[in-house]
Amino acid sequence: MLFTLSFIIYLFATATYIAFFVTQNKKIRSSARCLLFGAGAIHTVTIISRYLVAGHTPLTTHHDTISFFAWSMTWAFLSFRWRYQVKNFGTFVSLVISALMTVAALSSQSIAELPPALQSAWLPIHASIAILADGFLAMGFCSGLMYLLQERELKNKRFGVFYSRLPSLDALDTLIHHCLTVGFPLLTLGIITGSFWAKQAWGSYWHWDPKETWSLITWFIYAGMLHQRFIAGWRGKRAAILAIIGFMSVLFTLWGVTFLLSGVHSYVR
Amino acid sequence: MSADSILVLGVNHKSAPVEVREQLAFTDDPEAPFRNMKAIDDCAEFCFLSTCNRVEVIFTTGNQQPCIDAIKKALFAKSTIQHADIDKFIYLHSGADAVNHLYRVAASLDSMVVGEPQILGQLKEAYRNSSERQCTGVTLNRLLHKAFSVAKRIRTETNIGSSAVSISYAAVELAKKIFGSLKDKKVLLVGAGEMAELAAEHLINQGISEVTVANRTLERAVNLAKRFNGKAVGLPELHSQMELVDIMVSSTGASGLILHQEEVKPIMKQRKNRPLFLIDIAVPRDLDPKLNDLDNVYLYDVDDLSQVVEVNKAEREQEALRAERIVTEETLKFLQWLEDMQITPTIAALRRKADLIARAELEKTLSHSNLTAKDIKSIEKMTGAIINKLLHDPILFLKQNHTSEDKRAKLDFTRKFFGLDLEKED
Repeated sequence: MLFTLSFIIYLFATATYIAFFVTQNKKIRSSARCLLFGAGAIHTVTIISRYLVAGHTPLTTHHDTISFFAWSMTWAFLSFRWRYQVKNFGTFVSLVISALMTVAALSSQSIAELPPALQSAWLPIHASIAILADGFLAMGFCSGLMYLLQERELKNKRFGVFYSRLPSLDALDTLIHHCLTVGFPLLTLGIITGSFWAKQAWGSYWHWDPKETWSLITWFIYAGMLHQRFIAGWRGKRAAILAIIGFMSVLFTLWGVTFLLSGVHSYVR
Repeated sequence: MSADSILVLGVNHKSAPVEVREQLAFTDDPEAPFRNMKAIDDCAEFCFLSTCNRVEVIFTTGNQQPCIDAIKKALFAKSTIQHADIDKFIYLHSGADAVNHLYRVAASLDSMVVGEPQILGQLKEAYRNSSERQCTGVTLNRLLHKAFSVAKRIRTETNIGSSAVSISYAAVELAKKIFGSLKDKKVLLVGAGEMAELAAEHLINQGISEVTVANRTLERAVNLAKRFNGKAVGLPELHSQMELVDIMVSSTGASGLILHQEEVKPIMKQRKNRPLFLIDIAVPRDLDPKLNDLDNVYLYDVDDLSQVVEVNKAEREQEALRAERIVTEETLKFLQWLEDMQITPTIAALRRKADLIARAELEKTLSHSNLTAKDIKSIEKMTGAIINKLLHDPILFLKQNHTSEDKRAKLDFTRKFFGLDLEKED
């Protein structure tokens, strides 16, 4: 019930953000922001109540994971907005949040029994850090997308809807960088906490389980990208494309691995 | 004052060719228009506006035709235009149309470049000049102040002035879309043409930190660099300079390309891919069009920039529609004010004046007397009653419905009779 309510408000927030994108009327933007904040607050209550009902951190089912993903993206964005003003970023972020919430809404919302392997204090730590990282990396994806759209109009000299509505390339490049500099350490921490947990649950730190492998691939994509940025000055379009590829890898780690490849992480369905 | 007595008469870039407009410029004797129009008895108030694209008089009169003729005469006094031809070039608006026209002028909806900001400053200046010479009164003071606030409202509520509509502004706008802030960015001018100068000037106004000028003749480069507080280099240093700067404006008179894609590729590596914005305003072009294919290099030539200007113009036209709606709305508000203004403030002023006199006299008398508080109260009450009874008929006289002509005459009479305009109006 609470979930549905927050889902509906998220949809309203997204629609309002799109209306702002079209009209550029600042009053509409503040309403959109209020709606997103409201949705985020109700969503927080939803997660807490699921915790109380389940008796453990609700991050073990597909629905819970995706819902937490959307939640972390919302708060990552709202906390980010507090420090940076990036024109029309909200429209893109809210679209991704709504997409995630739709996926969460379509998957089974029943609360699953916690398998013995997951009964650990590491569950909330590892899972929440990993998904929070995904939240920031998803924002990096949005900013990469915005960069490519803006760059395309500037390069082709065909000024369409995005030219006046998106911020400068420099602002977007900085945004990509900021999202990754927060997301990447969290991702690293997620992998480290995961390996500690693996040691506790299965006896060794690393299993080359598909999920572990893919999260390592993701980690290398981002690490390589940050390294190249500092050393060779990779920025702009390349950084934007890598932020998008990196996020695809995040999504594959989250879903693809779970549904396509079997491994010790296969409980999250 | 009824709405019909507000008029605007003038010429602008749409109604008259520049040959006519330049004859109306009063540069050699700026006092002449004020002198001439002040001498017109029928003209109650006026404000004289003269810019390079328009000359117009906003005025109020109770006797339209003679006043219009006299103003036409005053405006065209020094021109060679035949009297019979004058009407072909002028426009005349009255009442709501006049108010609407003035608001459109203030908001720059009637300008050659819709949304350009200068006109509002020029109108403010014109108003200051006119009011300093006591040419304006209650109506025009209010009308012009309203025009300024309407222009401001339009500027905040629409995006009418937000986009660049000249080549060099377009270059600045694009630079901002690439770099965000232009502070701490460096510009390299290649060639020392007039266009390059203009573009550099606009860029410097946006906070560019350093200007370098490269030219075939170093002397010319040094001179130009001095103007911008920059440094001059020779053309052979072009490549090494390109590693340092962010924006390059090229406008040499060279007959072929001076910079090729292959030359810039290694430079981008040196620059660690920092974006490079190249503006080629030379005809024939200086820079290889293929440069635009390089990552983080943005090349714009004159045609590309003109395209930005065209897009912006179209966008402004959209915003202008919203602005027109605001103008219509504000015109109606002003007409309403004018209607109310006719009676209410006069009645209020009348009461205020009577009240002030009574209070002053009471104070004077009571300060010398030994009356009891009760007596004082009775005297105050009586004074109030006298005022009310005395003012009853004049107020009734004002409130009675009549034609607007009568109404104005009555208001004028009342204000003069009671000396109400001696008080300061806001």
